[in-house]
Amino acid sequence: MELSLKKELGVSEKKKVKFIKIDVDKCHGCRACEVACSAFHAKPKYSTINPARSRIRVYRDELRNVFVPVYASFYTKSECAGRRVYIAEHKEHSPNRAEYIECSFCGAACPSRDLFFEPDSGLPLKCDMCEDDPPVETPWCVKVCPVGALVVEEKEVEVEEEQEKEDEVETGLEALADKYGWDKVIETIVKKVKNE
Amino acid sequence: MRYADAGYNLEIDLATGNIEKVASNIKDTEDYLGGLGTNAKIIWERVPADAQAFSDDNILIFSAGLLCGTPAYGANRTIITSISPQTKLLAFSMTGGFFAPELKQAGYDKLILKGKSPNWVYIYINNDKVEIRDATHLLGKSTYETLEAIRDEIKDPRAQGLSIGLAGENRVFFASIETHRGSASRLGLGAVMGDKKVKAVVVRGTKDLSLAKPMEFMQECDKVLKYMLYRLENPIKGVPPILSLIGSPQEMLLHDEEWHTNNFAWGNARVRRKNFWNSEIERQWAETQERARKKLISCYNCPIRCAGIIELPGFPTYVMKCYSKITYTMAAMVDSLEFGLKIAAKAQHYGVDGFTTPQVMAFALELYENGILTDSDLEGMPKDSKEEQFFWLLDRIVRREGIGDILADGVYWAARRIGKGAEQFDRNTIKKHEQIPIKLGMLNPIYYIMWSTGEKANITQIEGQLPQAPFPSRELKEEFIKDWIQIPTGKEERFKNFILEWGEEGKNFPFWPSPDLIAELVEWQELMHYVDDSLGLCAGLSSFPLKPPYHIHNLPLFIQYATGIEYDEQKLWNTASRIRNLVRAINIRRGLRREDEKPPEDHWKKRFPEYEQKLLDEYYNYKGWDSRGIPKKETLERLGLGYVAEEFEECGVYNDKA
Repeated sequence: MELSLKKELGVSEKKKVKFIKIDVDKCHGCRACEVACSAFHAKPKYSTINPARSRIRVYRDELRNVFVPVYASFYTKSECAGRRVYIAEHKEHSPNRAEYIECSFCGAACPSRDLFFEPDSGLPLKCDMCEDDPPVETPWCVKVCPVGALVVEEKEVEVEEEQEKEDEVETGLEALADKYGWDKVIETIVKKVKNE
Repeated sequence: MRYADAGYNLEIDLATGNIEKVASNIKDTEDYLGGLGTNAKIIWERVPADAQAFSDDNILIFSAGLLCGTPAYGANRTIITSISPQTKLLAFSMTGGFFAPELKQAGYDKLILKGKSPNWVYIYINNDKVEIRDATHLLGKSTYETLEAIRDEIKDPRAQGLSIGLAGENRVFFASIETHRGSASRLGLGAVMGDKKVKAVVVRGTKDLSLAKPMEFMQECDKVLKYMLYRLENPIKGVPPILSLIGSPQEMLLHDEEWHTNNFAWGNARVRRKNFWNSEIERQWAETQERARKKLISCYNCPIRCAGIIELPGFPTYVMKCYSKITYTMAAMVDSLEFGLKIAAKAQHYGVDGFTTPQVMAFALELYENGILTDSDLEGMPKDSKEEQFFWLLDRIVRREGIGDILADGVYWAARRIGKGAEQFDRNTIKKHEQIPIKLGMLNPIYYIMWSTGEKANITQIEGQLPQAPFPSRELKEEFIKDWIQIPTGKEERFKNFILEWGEEGKNFPFWPSPDLIAELVEWQELMHYVDDSLGLCAGLSSFPLKPPYHIHNLPLFIQYATGIEYDEQKLWNTASRIRNLVRAINIRRGLRREDEKPPEDHWKKRFPEYEQKLLDEYYNYKGWDSRGIPKKETLERLGLGYVAEEFEECGVYNDKA
């Protein structure tokens, strides 16, 4: 069915979305997922390792038996309160530790902490489920997790046409237009095309 | 462009506060790999033969292994090297955990500490920013508390650290350096760190580490992971359960301690309790372990969960692994695992070695029972309970209070300070270092050579890959050798025959096997440890267990694909021999000789002094060493260690009559 027709008829599309389910009880904090993720996303592939570039990070605290993998997932639509939440256990052991403890283990690249930003450029990182050509069956972090703390699951989500993923170029252009105005952007594009 | 190694060392002069980032030579990477190999070269070049552990000119090196930080599973060891206060020889202990990969990620292969700081400090490395910070407020804090406090201070939970506790501060000769996940325990490196007034080193790194041939490297990693998982599902048949798997012996997972408790000696390495293990003890110990163990955890990038988080009410939480689980229980001669786990909690927070410490305390109590130490020496010690006495002694030792000041030097030196016949109770040291307490019946010629000549003076750091006893049946022998791929090229038939024949009529210790096969078996076991210690690989995945995932055939590929330097089996063998001989050369220059190379007198009931000396002669000869254990000139030159031979000639090592 054509998308435009569906829209007119008010039919919503169901789409399968893969995501990584995390079982914190199983995680033993080895950070193999971080190593694998950063290697996979290096250019050329596997050429460098740097957990700071990984789109999955393990928050680990042996003494409180806390091992939480967090992966760079969806952005929250509205700004969160930015409160630093901490697990009750922590408070008991050392009240002032809240200062740096992850805020609620959310998966967004967020200005309130240093997770999921490229260390050089500062650009946000997001998990792409190891998009590759040919496609990989299992994302690398899941593949190297021997205890099954990370599992790929699929869920069906309803997508309306408006929620179709915006083209990256389109998003980029809009951002440029916001900054410089459409006239300037179009003028530049035309100039560029002519030159080439 | 450097691959796999960062190409820089961080050198800090503690006396002046001078900090330098110094480029390393890629030729050294080729010839000595990294970790222990390059550490030994630096010690040889910089630490004079007469410098002692607490001299100004002793240095303390924290090094990542060559493969640390790469995706090679289990490549996470920090190799710490200096001079030991106890043996006065080279000390090279290691720890797993997360420090070494973080150091690489910060852009350094090694942190080299020179001189002594005038005040207590900790070192904070954040990529290119390096600070020497005041640590006065951390004094007296435990190893774990120190790292917690520093992480709070620098507001970075991802920083990785190494620290000392009270024992290191007070220069206890068997003080350890601890991380939250492991410890470099042996040979007193914590005392050296304490002498330099460095309470902790903490590092955070966010730089890239590059691989020369990434696709090929990842394929090898993949094969190793598959083999690891296969080995975990297929334990070796016909050996005790704790020896059947891979990783550090799985004593946090398993409950069966029959092998250790029935075979190893209790008390001051004196008594065997051959019928100790029974179903009631097993039930009690399993219950204790299940209750105390919160979770099994791993080191960096390793799927094997060797360690357990241990938490018992009233005692600080800590992370435990391997045989330390029962060393205190066995030394105190009590039946309670809970006691062992509780005192280990305190010991690890104080930062002392879990092998040496219980033996020192058992030694003290034996001296007391024999009237050599008296009530006045041990004033205030609880009278009735062995457990309480151990807790009391531990508290004295780490503070060097009263008798604790003498005991803090370890059994060998304490016995000589106490005198009055105390030397006779120094029953389990080799090269002045407390050994694992094993007292067996018949001389084992392979182990005789290993106990005698091991440079680290610790049997677990030289043995590996061979079963402890013959397989009980022909079928099990054949099953073991059928896919025994780890044997070096050219040795397959000899080593497989050894397994097949061992235990058959006339094929038993001590006069079997032949000295040349003994030498070959020892050399293989030992050299693989030198490879691991230089690559930063966990021995639990490589040189220690039966049929490990890493071996002489795939390791050259890992090195080659990681660094871009061509490597093959023969070259790796030569490199390992070079490092092994350089380590020996350092000790020879410091005075080590043949007469130091002997197991404790009662190590076996049945000894054969003449035969043992003949074995040692044959082994030295096989290694290219002279009859005093000194590497010959031609041996050193063949291995590219001509500079060592030159110095030996210059300072008269070859001419001494010692």
